[in-house]
Amino acid sequence: MKLYLILAWRNIWRNKRRTILAASSIFFAIVLAIFTRAMQHGSYDYMIDSAVRMFTGYLQIHSKGYWEEKSLEKALDYDSNLIKKIEEIQSVEIAVPRLENFLLISSEHITKVTSVIAIDPEKENQMTKLSQKLISGRYLKKDDNGILISEGLAKILNVQVGDSVVLYGQGIYGITAATLCPVIGIVRFALPDLNNSLTYIPLSFGQTLFSMENKITTISVIINNPKKLDYVLSEVKKIVGDDYDVMSWEEMMPELVQGIQLDSVGGLIMLFILYLVIAFGIFGTVMMMTAERTKEFGILISIGIKKTKLILITTLEAIFISLIGALSGILISVPMIIYFHNNPIRFSGELAEISLKFGVEPIIPLSNDPGILVAQTSIVLIIAFLSSLYPLNHIRKLKPIEAMRM
Amino acid sequence: MSLIEIINLNKIYDKTKVPVHALKDINLKIERGEFTAIVGPSGSGKTTLLNMIGGLDTPTSGKVLIKGVDISKMKEDELIDFRLKNIGFVFQSFNLIPVLTAKENVEFIMLLQGISKDERERRIIELLNAVGLGDKLDARPYELSGGQQQRVAVARAIASHPSFVLADEPTANLDSVAAEGLLDIMKELNEKIGMTFIFATHDNKVIRRVRRIITLEDGKVKSDVFQN
Repeated sequence: MKLYLILAWRNIWRNKRRTILAASSIFFAIVLAIFTRAMQHGSYDYMIDSAVRMFTGYLQIHSKGYWEEKSLEKALDYDSNLIKKIEEIQSVEIAVPRLENFLLISSEHITKVTSVIAIDPEKENQMTKLSQKLISGRYLKKDDNGILISEGLAKILNVQVGDSVVLYGQGIYGITAATLCPVIGIVRFALPDLNNSLTYIPLSFGQTLFSMENKITTISVIINNPKKLDYVLSEVKKIVGDDYDVMSWEEMMPELVQGIQLDSVGGLIMLFILYLVIAFGIFGTVMMMTAERTKEFGILISIGIKKTKLILITTLEAIFISLIGALSGILISVPMIIYFHNNPIRFSGELAEISLKFGVEPIIPLSNDPGILVAQTSIVLIIAFLSSLYPLNHIRKLKPIEAMRM
Repeated sequence: MSLIEIINLNKIYDKTKVPVHALKDINLKIERGEFTAIVGPSGSGKTTLLNMIGGLDTPTSGKVLIKGVDISKMKEDELIDFRLKNIGFVFQSFNLIPVLTAKENVEFIMLLQGISKDERERRIIELLNAVGLGDKLDARPYELSGGQQQRVAVARAIASHPSFVLADEPTANLDSVAAEGLLDIMKELNEKIGMTFIFATHDNKVIRRVRRIITLEDGKVKSDVFQN
């Protein structure tokens, strides 16, 4: 075997330029494929994380039927032990209780509908970084009896920090919920729909206002490793049993899932084109290498070298070239991925504006999922090996007499 | 039993527009230790006959018996194995594996035969010394002259201790000095160790040195003479 390895290794350097060219095509294919896929997956991960932190959490716990009806009668008991238990599950970052309702909000002669979210200010801030969206006033405290109002809504109502507004509507079982309370702070959301409609109040204030002592509507759970979602989901289900619904972000935001799937297919088509170009590149090189050695193969078979041994040598050559390309590709890709994972690519212009509109910072952190590296390297190597099958078939059919005449 | 026995051998190439009857009813016997040339003008069938003896081509009819074994009935893999163990080849050009040194080229064929390392080392030194290339063990083919390359090819051909060596126009690409040098070595091997050599050639330098001349014309044996 040693001599076959030596023979194959030396053979590939008979034409250095061609070997470097073939290895380079594999190198660039791997770097491009890994970079493209890491960028795509990185942007999805970032998009999902931004969206779940802003809206639903990676998973949410609520009473049966709440998600469909969004009714206060479907509220659940606020159980600090339950929240503690959930937070003890591996990979869970935080479990955030919320009590959500729709009310009318008035100032002087103007009245609007507002989505009121009663929150645990500290926990909410850990999940959504709400305090960072503050543009005036201060952030909520646990025992405040005032509101944080979104910038657009404040403008419509013509209110500023320190002004009072009326919140009016229904609490649980149709009980009137009405109060006059001060504006403690104003927050700005990039997404206009949110910026024109959201109001935050402390949880205890909300529970009193809606006549829902010790009740909440949802518990949103944030995890620090999205890959553990299924595990956390099953652990949470074990804890809450059949009493509550546990939904993943994918169930709660199907439009985001579809958007990602659609974009991913586009990325895969681009990758497929890249694979095709590589396949033809390698196939062409291997075909040339084989064609110019036909006479040599004929002589080797004549002197007693079995075709299987020749096939072994040419396969080893293909493996060497592929490995040179693949290893150098990995060597460049790994530090590149680590760098761009830690220092995300920041984009600007129209794309950045669109991104900001959706409340997402205009950056693309590359995914550092080793699965991408393994998958893309394997695919390119498989393509390289498949392209190298030509000489095997060529040798299999070779007749020494005809080969030596060439 | 003769080393090689050819009985009523015919070869017709019928894939061409007009079928070519390359060999017609050839009957020959070649014994151990012979130093024989198959000669004739281009197209007379000498290379075809050599290929039949070497099992590189199959006859349309007739038999080629090597040490009593009919090789025309063998399957491809059996034939390759048979060639490895029984026949040494020296071709006109492109004889050596270009990426292996002289030593490795000679060793390669012995490795395929499963010969032990010590025995391989012994034979390499002995054979390359015998062909006058004891100081060129680590030279690659491109570092050797045409004559030196052919001498390595001869060393490789006999390294596996074959029953005979087939040499197809071995001197065609050599100048006369190199050709004479190569023939000296082959003759010496023939005389010293009794190695059988069969040439296909039209080179007078070869024809002058052989003991038997088989002349082909239009695929038939025109004459078969022994000379001193």
